[in-house]
Amino acid sequence: MSQELPVVTVDRAPLNAQVMIDTLKKCGATHLVWLPDTESGYLYESLSTDEDLKLIPVTREGETFAIAQGLLMGGKKPVVCIQNTGFFESGDSIRGIWIDLKLPILALVGYRGWEGGGPSEDSAATFLEPVVKAWGIPYEIVQTDDEVAQIVPKMYAKSQEVGPVAVLIGGEYGE
Amino acid sequence: MIEGNKALEMLAENRSNEVVITTMSTARTWPAITSRPDLDYRLSGCMGKASSVGLGIALARPDVRVLVLDGDGSLLMNLGSLVTVASQAPKNLVHVVFDGATYDTSGAQPTPGKDVIDWAGLAKSAGYKKSANIESEDELAKQWPSLLTAEGPVFVRISVDSMWAPRRAPGLKANTWQELQANIAAI
Repeated sequence: MSQELPVVTVDRAPLNAQVMIDTLKKCGATHLVWLPDTESGYLYESLSTDEDLKLIPVTREGETFAIAQGLLMGGKKPVVCIQNTGFFESGDSIRGIWIDLKLPILALVGYRGWEGGGPSEDSAATFLEPVVKAWGIPYEIVQTDDEVAQIVPKMYAKSQEVGPVAVLIGGEYGE
Repeated sequence: MIEGNKALEMLAENRSNEVVITTMSTARTWPAITSRPDLDYRLSGCMGKASSVGLGIALARPDVRVLVLDGDGSLLMNLGSLVTVASQAPKNLVHVVFDGATYDTSGAQPTPGKDVIDWAGLAKSAGYKKSANIESEDELAKQWPSLLTAEGPVFVRISVDSMWAPRRAPGLKANTWQELQANIAAI
């Protein structure tokens, strides 16, 4: 017999894309290698013409860590931004590039299905943290602009010291 | 069709200070014939991503020419990168595919699309600035010098025989990503 999980719908204010962009710029990030998702889609409108934090759109998430590696070897400071669904798709790049080479790259991962820490009916949410933990990737979750401003710089700095680090985006960006 | 390692040697003859990304079969022979091992990087951890790594370097350093020595089996794993590369349009990127229509490192099994895929056509349709299809040593000798220096992104498909019995260069040390980063910074 299957057990029905209680569904929690989190009521929260949308994230402000500009707060994330300004925070990444203050960290020293130069490029955002990205595939749009519901959590980060509005970053595009804010970044498409930004010369200080260049947006590199890809066709599939597995490209992101490889492009970021190239940018890094060319002297830049890339950040990867993908959704948890794409994080799963990127497994070989995460393993063979990001983790094995200990690349100092922060990944922002959209937490589709995030229910504020409660049970989710979305397997993309159910499996995300166990998989991130299994790979030994340090992570924190943000769901407010204040958390973005506080946690992203801390985790970015950590990525520069230890290699792969993730910030899971629990909120969605508003217009 | 060209003997694969002969084609690599012909590319190496015209190489100056380009950063070269090799992967799978091309990574086996290149260390023995390269003239600038300090600017070489062997992508071994993630099959199919040579074009993506090359794109990143090309975008980071538009003043440095980047040469990606890819394989048909590898690029099939990252076919969308043709569109990503073309949409970024790096003028300094040359993407070469050694098309042996086999997975050489696993025993020369045929790749899907063997004898069907129009690689140069795919790249052109994706939006590469220039795209060429090389079938013989004569064609490579005549066209490669201008392809190497043409405004990119440039795509070159070279028809090669299987590189299944590679002349691996034993004991040659490959650059780490940190070493290549430092060597690119010094250009």
